[in-house]
Amino acid sequence: MAVISYIDAVTMAIREEMERDPKVFVLGEDVGKKGGVFKATQGLYEQFGEERVIDTPLAESAIAGVGIGAAMYGMRPIAEMQFADFIMPAVNQIISEAAKIRYRSNNDWNCPLVIRAPYGGGVHGALYHSQSVEAVFAHQPGLKIVMPSTPYDVKGLLKAAIRDNDPVLFFEHKRAYRLIKGEVPAEDYTLPIGKADVKREGEDITVITYGLCVHFALQAAEKLAGDGISSHILDLRTVYPLDKEAIIEAAAKTGKVLLVTEDNKEGSIIGEVAAIIAEHCLFDLDAPIKRLAGPDVPAMPYAPTMEKFFMVHPEKIEKAMRELAEF
Amino acid sequence: MAIEQIKMPQLGESVTEGTISNWLVKVGDRVNKYDPLAEVMTDKVNAEVPSSYSGVIKELIAAEGDTIAVGEIICSIETEGGEVVTAEAPAVESKPEALEGTADSVSAAVRPNKARYSPAVLKLSQEHGIDLTRVSGTGAGGRITRKDVLQWISAAGEKAAAPAAGQAVSQEKGQSAVLNQPAAVPAANVPLAAGDIEIPVTGIRKAIAANMVRSKHEVPHAWMMVEVDATNLVEYRNSIKDEFKEKEGFNLTFFAFFVKAVAQGLKEFPQMNSMWAGDKIIRKKDINISIAVATDDALFVPVIKNADEKTIKGIAREISELAVKVRNGKLKAEDMQGGTFTVNNTGSFGSVQSMGIINYPQAAILQVESIVKRPVVMNDSMIAVRDMVNLCMSLDHRVLDGLVCGRFLARVKEIIENMSKSTISIY
Repeated sequence: MAVISYIDAVTMAIREEMERDPKVFVLGEDVGKKGGVFKATQGLYEQFGEERVIDTPLAESAIAGVGIGAAMYGMRPIAEMQFADFIMPAVNQIISEAAKIRYRSNNDWNCPLVIRAPYGGGVHGALYHSQSVEAVFAHQPGLKIVMPSTPYDVKGLLKAAIRDNDPVLFFEHKRAYRLIKGEVPAEDYTLPIGKADVKREGEDITVITYGLCVHFALQAAEKLAGDGISSHILDLRTVYPLDKEAIIEAAAKTGKVLLVTEDNKEGSIIGEVAAIIAEHCLFDLDAPIKRLAGPDVPAMPYAPTMEKFFMVHPEKIEKAMRELAEF
Repeated sequence: MAIEQIKMPQLGESVTEGTISNWLVKVGDRVNKYDPLAEVMTDKVNAEVPSSYSGVIKELIAAEGDTIAVGEIICSIETEGGEVVTAEAPAVESKPEALEGTADSVSAAVRPNKARYSPAVLKLSQEHGIDLTRVSGTGAGGRITRKDVLQWISAAGEKAAAPAAGQAVSQEKGQSAVLNQPAAVPAANVPLAAGDIEIPVTGIRKAIAANMVRSKHEVPHAWMMVEVDATNLVEYRNSIKDEFKEKEGFNLTFFAFFVKAVAQGLKEFPQMNSMWAGDKIIRKKDINISIAVATDDALFVPVIKNADEKTIKGIAREISELAVKVRNGKLKAEDMQGGTFTVNNTGSFGSVQSMGIINYPQAAILQVESIVKRPVVMNDSMIAVRDMVNLCMSLDHRVLDGLVCGRFLARVKEIIENMSKSTISIY
């Protein structure tokens, strides 16, 4: 099995789906000739031509709106937001139209749209290039939000998103693009949206997280294993709707739960995870549910020291995991 | 009356912590000021911690073996006659204000967590009948963690459920908890002499005690015994046992034949397969035979389910497997559930007569005693050496009367006496 990077898994999934289904096409800023600012769509313009790899104006509401229209008409568009931070002008289109069209039309219409967007910090991108925006959308039934952590999950979940008959937001951690590599099968496969995945089995503490933080947690777990602390790590993979069953099982397994997100703490995805655990696992809990997240400040700071202060990193996770294990 | 706290004293200049090696008092003891409360071991000295107050020991917060930082609370004392103590204390301690100050900061900074139980710990301790004051905590501030309880459970060898207790304890938790006390009280009054060893009653022992007390108190036991001539059975079994062992890989015990005979008898006398349920008697359909399996220090009662439907070989295999599970501590709760009648192999300890305590809430227990050679008068005319075995039965006289039990025993006797090569198959 070939070892490829996270971003190459994105490209591979899109290319294979475009080859498989002529209804699949890509649109976004600089996705064509340039191949995307991160090169996620590199080579697609050459292979599939300008009608299936469309460069758009700098108007995110239009990218989403065109995608929604095409999807309702029977196409399978993959719309790219150049940075997740730029999705805000498209929020009305996504929440008011894409998420609701099936419900509003009593199943007459649906919207098989994928919106891809790179999110997350740690790349000195500051305010407009570092945000996590999942919590904005994670309150809207009708949407699905997928945030994979490994190249294997990227390929399987992106393909599942493209084949899904309803809108899916697919957030890719931009720092993971070239940092994270992993084995990806050359053959076609999909992974179920809405299912979390145990990335490490353990007995003493449970860490539930998603995206790049999964790797930080795995690194911390490796260190703690040297001190005899055994960590169970659950990767949510889909952050909306949440895999309640897997969350309950993972939390009950050890009774000590650490939830991690790099998003601002209050109102984040992990708050909902904590609520699920609180509702279902009272008599299995051996410690208060612990959250590790970014501080509640308006945006990612630019100064490297301040960015480091904001970001979740392996040392922070290790410290939190150790405290929980010792509780 | 006031609650005062005793803290780990500073026992040397560079000493930061001490280990409680021995408590010299227990909760409820009356102590005078300066009386020794505990022996403490540090890396420099071994010392006694004296009481700073007169009063009654309210709570031992630290357990024996716990290492406690200097200034942390080890126990609390309920003082009497508040004025006297407060009048004395300043004189001796000289700085009450400073002391109070430290007390506050200590309780805020390192609040002892030993007696603060998480839901997971409480749930586990209830399920397994664990007295949490006996468990030492490894968590922050001495907190008992879920892991501590799990380790305690596996250390106590108490695998998921209590032994003979099994059904009764889980069904009637409240009552058996109350019944624990009468079992424990007499032990508390035994004076300890030098060299005596105190063995804490926990886990399995506690469950056995509670269950036996309950059965003996509640159930009016009556006893009966029949003599059975097992000569034919002995001959038959001895003739095939070596071949069987070689072929099947486990022993063909006499016990399997007896269990089979009892199961058959129960089928014919279903009254025997009953339980007392307060205002009614429940006659059980399934014939599930509980068998007693002893380890060095405990007794388990695993169940052979639907014994009437099994061959002698099948029963022998199950006895062998259950015994192995008991010895390896692998017995699960479900292995001990659902018994409707108990057969006890007392003969294996050489007993020839015994009076069993009924395995609550079953209606009877049958003890299979040793098979011994004895002279027996045969057909009124001659004396022969026969292999004789006594079957002793205890019955719940609320459920059963002598007549049906006598008929049942007579039938079991008849079945066993007719067990020979030509009449039965072990397969």
